[in-house]
Amino acid sequence: MNLIEWAQSPWGQQIPIHIAWSLLWVSAIGGLLFLIVHAIYVKAKPAAAHSDAPAVTPAVLAHVPERVPRHSLGARLFHLIMAIAMLALLLTAFLPKVGVKFAWVTYHWIAGIVLTISIVYHIFHASFWLDFWSIWPDREDVEDASRRIKRAMGQSAPEPRKFGKYPLENKLYHLVVMLAGLAAVGTGLFMMKRVQTPFFTRNPYLFGDMTWGWMYVLHGLAGIGFVALVTVHIYFAIRPEKLFLTKSMILGWITREQYLDHYDPNRWHVSERDSDSETVQSKPKKVLA
Amino acid sequence: MAVIHDVIPAFELFQPTTVDDALALQARYGAKAWVLAGGLDSFDWFKDRIKRPEVVIDLSQVKELRGIRPVSDGIEIGAMTTLTEVVRHPMVREKYSILPNAAEAAASPQIRNQGTIGGNVTQDARCWYYRGGWPCYRAGGNICYADTPTGLNREHAILDADRCVAVNPSDTAPALIALDAKMVIRTPKGERVVNAEDYFIGPAIDITRMTILQPGDLLTTIRIPSTWAGSQFYFEKVRDRSVWDFALVNVAAAVVTSGSAIDRIRLVVNGVAAHPVRLTAVEAAVQGKPRNAETAELAGQLAVRGAIPLQHNGYKVPLMRNLVKRAIRGSAGQEAA
Repeated sequence: MNLIEWAQSPWGQQIPIHIAWSLLWVSAIGGLLFLIVHAIYVKAKPAAAHSDAPAVTPAVLAHVPERVPRHSLGARLFHLIMAIAMLALLLTAFLPKVGVKFAWVTYHWIAGIVLTISIVYHIFHASFWLDFWSIWPDREDVEDASRRIKRAMGQSAPEPRKFGKYPLENKLYHLVVMLAGLAAVGTGLFMMKRVQTPFFTRNPYLFGDMTWGWMYVLHGLAGIGFVALVTVHIYFAIRPEKLFLTKSMILGWITREQYLDHYDPNRWHVSERDSDSETVQSKPKKVLA
Repeated sequence: MAVIHDVIPAFELFQPTTVDDALALQARYGAKAWVLAGGLDSFDWFKDRIKRPEVVIDLSQVKELRGIRPVSDGIEIGAMTTLTEVVRHPMVREKYSILPNAAEAAASPQIRNQGTIGGNVTQDARCWYYRGGWPCYRAGGNICYADTPTGLNREHAILDADRCVAVNPSDTAPALIALDAKMVIRTPKGERVVNAEDYFIGPAIDITRMTILQPGDLLTTIRIPSTWAGSQFYFEKVRDRSVWDFALVNVAAAVVTSGSAIDRIRLVVNGVAAHPVRLTAVEAAVQGKPRNAETAELAGQLAVRGAIPLQHNGYKVPLMRNLVKRAIRGSAGQEAA
């Protein structure tokens, strides 16, 4: 099976033109297989022994509000707009490939513009109003991941800590989505030079055939990657044990009990003051006794 | 310019004698099969070695696809009926004269003797970049070589271009749409009847096809209802060479008048987009108005709204405007540029 479709340019050069569209099915089936395997694993694995809750001072506990703010209104709106744009992009890109024919190009680039604007907003919002580093894997995440793997393999290792605001899996997912998103948006903005839009004078000779070809390949790879990524994301959003997180993406908060059950107050610090604020910082602050 | 090779690459030839057999062959070979009608479009592709089908299904022996038959509400024309047969058929000439006029404008007498009406409406785009085998959008690539700063696009689209700027080259297509013809298509799921104007699709819908026919589908019959029989018709084709050429722009109109006023009208142009364009806004605007120069002027101006010329085909805008004016007026004459 060819992963890339090649063609001969008018100048006799072999150039890539796009990915093989059969990869769409590879991505879709890969995403579905992952969630099936994960669902079986979760069902079959023995219940994890409750870890000892980290020692938290009564003073800190006293300051944890009943509703712990998790996502600000701005973050929730960004997530909603990004999700709508992403679904529109995937549907307009891939429905025609599976036989549903319609005039998709204009809808596709409009959704792409919406996604681009939302990402630019997100970068500024996360950089200046949220705790920028809370979503990036840190040393503690790596240590805890190592501990989990060792314990899963029957080796002795200290018990991993509870998560900070975002678990490592969440951070890695964000990283992959960010890379795929930047690839899709970056190439997509250039590809808009090839179609009629109100923004640019059309110029298909902006780059050479080879550069354009690889740009289409990268755009396609990012696109089919998102098919699997979105499938997995929706799967986790509807898993029973994760529903409180999905709910928090709508309402903006989780309960005090959920916070204390799932998160380490040493790694995700909240206080009563946060419950009144739209922005939630997750500054690592040592509160251990 | 395409490279001329010595022989056509080998393929397996099937000559079914019934539509069912032809459909069975199409189902068996799927996208590997090429359906051959008159061969005027197909053999260009084969000789240039741009299309290399493994299997060719020649419909020339399928008798049920040939001939013109009167039916209760109009006529039926088999898809394999030649353009010459359409041109010469007395009933067609008497009641639907726009169709023989359009068919007679296609190509040369020799080609009309061999070319079929089904092939004429289903033929592929004539853009030379596409026909040259270059990896353009229509060929599955990601560029339109005609719509570039240096592209040769004198014959290309001024309307509804979406990445690809090729035009539909058919002469009979606008006439059939003006007559409100129905296309009868046999598909693996059964028979499907679509309006002629819905038979053609632009690049926005599917950039690699000119019609709704999918692999496995077969256009079998064209039904022309009596709705527009005996109407006032107008067909005009403008081309570079009057003896034998594709249309730069053509126009087809069927008009029913009440006194001097336009009672009903269907107005179609081709050669300006990847599909024949029915000018419904113009139809609505002129309905009830007298069929005179003033109404023609209005129609011409309205017809070209939204036209976006390329580097070398700006002339198509006044050409289309003037052809529409003539169609409304019902006669050719001197037009201002």
